[in-house]
Amino acid sequence: MMRFLLPLGILVLLVGFLAAGLTLNPREVPSPLIGKPAPAFDLPILHQPDKRFVLGDMHGKVWMLNVWASWCVSCRDEHPVLVELSKRGVMPILGLNYKDKGEEATAWLKQFGDPYSLSVVDADGRIGIDYGVYGVPETYLIDADGVIRYKQIGPLTRAILEEKVLPLARTLAK
Amino acid sequence: MRILFLLLCCVAALGNASDIPTETRIRSLEEKLRCLVCQNQTLADSNAELAQDLRLKVREQVAAGRSDDEILDYLVQRYGDFVLYEPPFKARTALLWIGPFALLAAAAAVLIGILRRRRTAPEALALTPEDKRLVERVLGPGRDTP
Amino acid sequence: MIPELGHFALIIAFAIALVQSTLPFLGAARKIPGLVAIARPAAQGQFMFVGMAFVCLAWSFYSNDFSVLNVASNSNSSLPTAYRIAATWGSHEGSLLLWVLMLSVWMLAVSVFSRSLPDDMVARILGVMGLIAVGFISFMLFTSNPFERLLPAAVDGRDLNPLLQDPGMVFHPPMLYMGYVGFSVAFSFAIAALIDGRLDATWARWSRPWTTAAWLFLTLGIALGSFWAYYELGWGGWWFWDPVENASFMPWLIGTALIHSLAVTEKRGAFKSWTVLLAIVAFSLSLLGTFLVRSGVLTSVHAFATDPKRGIFILCFLALVIGGSLSLYAVRARKVSPGGSFELLSRESMLLANSVLMIVACAAVLLGTLYPLFLDALGLGKISVGPPYFEAVFAPLMAPAILLAGIGPLVSWRKGDSAQLLRRLRWTAIIVLIAALFTPLLFGRWALLTSAGLLLAFWIIGGALTALTVKIKSNAKITSAFAGMLLAHAGIGVFVIGVTLVKSYEAERDVRLEPGQSATLGGYSFRFEGVSEVAGPNYTAARAGITVLRDGATIALLAPEKRVYHVQRSAMSEAAINSGITRDLYVSLGESVGDNAWTVRIHVKPFVDWIWGGCLLMALGGLLAASDRRYRAGARRPEAASVQEETIVRSSTA
Repeated sequence: MMRFLLPLGILVLLVGFLAAGLTLNPREVPSPLIGKPAPAFDLPILHQPDKRFVLGDMHGKVWMLNVWASWCVSCRDEHPVLVELSKRGVMPILGLNYKDKGEEATAWLKQFGDPYSLSVVDADGRIGIDYGVYGVPETYLIDADGVIRYKQIGPLTRAILEEKVLPLARTLAK
Repeated sequence: MRILFLLLCCVAALGNASDIPTETRIRSLEEKLRCLVCQNQTLADSNAELAQDLRLKVREQVAAGRSDDEILDYLVQRYGDFVLYEPPFKARTALLWIGPFALLAAAAAVLIGILRRRRTAPEALALTPEDKRLVERVLGPGRDTP
Repeated sequence: MIPELGHFALIIAFAIALVQSTLPFLGAARKIPGLVAIARPAAQGQFMFVGMAFVCLAWSFYSNDFSVLNVASNSNSSLPTAYRIAATWGSHEGSLLLWVLMLSVWMLAVSVFSRSLPDDMVARILGVMGLIAVGFISFMLFTSNPFERLLPAAVDGRDLNPLLQDPGMVFHPPMLYMGYVGFSVAFSFAIAALIDGRLDATWARWSRPWTTAAWLFLTLGIALGSFWAYYELGWGGWWFWDPVENASFMPWLIGTALIHSLAVTEKRGAFKSWTVLLAIVAFSLSLLGTFLVRSGVLTSVHAFATDPKRGIFILCFLALVIGGSLSLYAVRARKVSPGGSFELLSRESMLLANSVLMIVACAAVLLGTLYPLFLDALGLGKISVGPPYFEAVFAPLMAPAILLAGIGPLVSWRKGDSAQLLRRLRWTAIIVLIAALFTPLLFGRWALLTSAGLLLAFWIIGGALTALTVKIKSNAKITSAFAGMLLAHAGIGVFVIGVTLVKSYEAERDVRLEPGQSATLGGYSFRFEGVSEVAGPNYTAARAGITVLRDGATIALLAPEKRVYHVQRSAMSEAAINSGITRDLYVSLGESVGDNAWTVRIHVKPFVDWIWGGCLLMALGGLLAASDRRYRAGARRPEAASVQEETIVRSSTA
């Protein structure tokens, strides 16, 4: 009797997994850097190209790193959320201008608003690779010790901000 | 950007020299890695910009004398196991790697068990009505048919 | 007007399918001949209306009706005619319509070529097929309507993906779907047999040609897909173990197990419930494939644009159909008589081993394909399972199957004679072993894996030739079925030779060439003549001229292209191939790197065409086997008596 029910049993298991699969996104690549120190960088600043900024300068603060570019369409969707967040003064937001051109980037910020304390320029995308960036926009929450605590792949929405990012930031700030 | 272009030229020039072993090695590494922004393509075959950047990274690492494992690990550290087309053997992939062979062994055992049973217990088949009619046609009516 | 007509025809087909899937079942159960008789005309009616719907969609594509959303999304007025028509099935909606068309073609075939079957059985078979049609047509009508309008109409379309603008697009999907859908016939036969309890050798004899036909179409469909990928994609590969490719390969593996298992059920009345289970699983895998390709749970270049609603619909349908059939199996299979006994060494045990090995191989492919999903669903992170895994796992699993296939045809039914077997295969074994050991040396490099692969290939061919020799010597009649089996086995051998040699000895070079420069590879010289601009019907191309020389003599002029299609603005590399029986010379154009120089990729691929040649032989073998006289003869003679005679006679002379 058992062996005739085995195929049915396997089917039930399979359908269960496939149903779960429908809720997942197979193209999303989670970051292995969560809980690891943020990779160091030493990059020129967008608005002051002769000056440079290093990761170490953010030590002691809980902060957000947002990867953006003027050619990125979905960045426009999330930008108002970032501008709003910057006005609340919760935490500094650093922009990583990814594979972009200086003039176009500055113009874009002028047009859509500048929520960033400052933006650093990653012209060839090398720092992006170190951070495991594969699509734009992506956002990282980094704690006072420079450890990456959260990564958002895709545009940051108000919901995700309120439900995930801000509570975590508050916990880290303590 | 200019550095990139120069590097590409060097690479192209190198390609013409008989540096086949290095090129083969780079290519085989690129074929083991997954393009992160594509619909299931290797790093070697993708035209995506990120793929081009990562191919350059692989090339630089090879030039810097890193081993294959080190290079693959470099990318895994940044992108996770997803970037490898050959799943590493870990606790969570044990079932994947061992499963087929365990299944083969189990199936073989079951098969031999079935074959032994079939041999030692010949089944007596009941005759279907068609069988009975055929037998009668060939052998003539039996004693228990009217 | 025409799209609405097509839509309407589809609705009528749906209604007919509803009737076809209910009334004949009722008629068969309650023995009402009037209801039973509905089955055949219903199937034929379905074919008519689905055919009409298909023609309407194809016409919309042919006549560039951009008020139809599907046409606007997948076609363009500058698209050559053949591809405009092929674009009919270039989308999710259109390919579903093709799927249902194929189903109705098989239904039509069953309704016409089933005169020798009892009417109530045909009623049930067509009833099951009607049920499947209900599922797929309702899927189309509710979630994926190919006739949806785009108002206001687009000025022109978004064009067919350039990769699909190729003869492969004309042949591969229809052939593949004929195979996929064809297994629904075997499935329906199995369900009908489970319902009416008539699961015997006669049932197997009826089932066999249908199953073999579906199998051969699937073989051709997969081979066409592989060949198309090879010459189209430009990287010289022919199989990537992509989820969609695997989705077509799994039914093929089970289908292979099924045709072998049916042989035993037909000849010896054994393995009945096993054969039924295989028939259910084969079609279930077809349905699973449909789900995987269209639901978005797996990433693939072949996947269609996805929508969660669609995924849920297919999954529910899948669960219902497969769950229903496996439940029926669980209840009814116990009551099936187990059939005759046989020894450890016997044809039956060989064929059972084949079944088992095919199932393990299929399970391995399924495991690899779904494992990333399993881990993700369990929150254990994301991994990728690609060619390195499948190649490492699949080959060792297939090796025993190929080894046994060399011996199988020579083993007698019920009780094999091991001494006789050894005697007959002794010389074959020696010749094969020597050939396998020495052939790699002809290519200049000996490797263990190369020899092993060749050993398997030569062995299965050698076994087939030995079986042929034995048959000829014993003056027994060589039936179509027997010849088909030998040809199909030989085809596997040819296939393995191709795979082994190409993987062992293929050579590749990426070079930068200026006009007049040459690169050498594999004893051939490739001279770059330069690049000229060429205008195609809907693209502009940079076409390179490459002269191929060997020992100073020109043997080929190749013209690889880099095309930019006007509408989608995507660049596509069109490789140039010089094919030969012993090798392919494959050149693809890379990038322009200044000073008239271009990067070029050159491949020399030994014996690569044997891969598809082997598949062709397999399909031909299947065709021969399916057209065996005894399947057609049964139509004329009263089936009950004749089949039993055949069964008794055959088992005594085997």
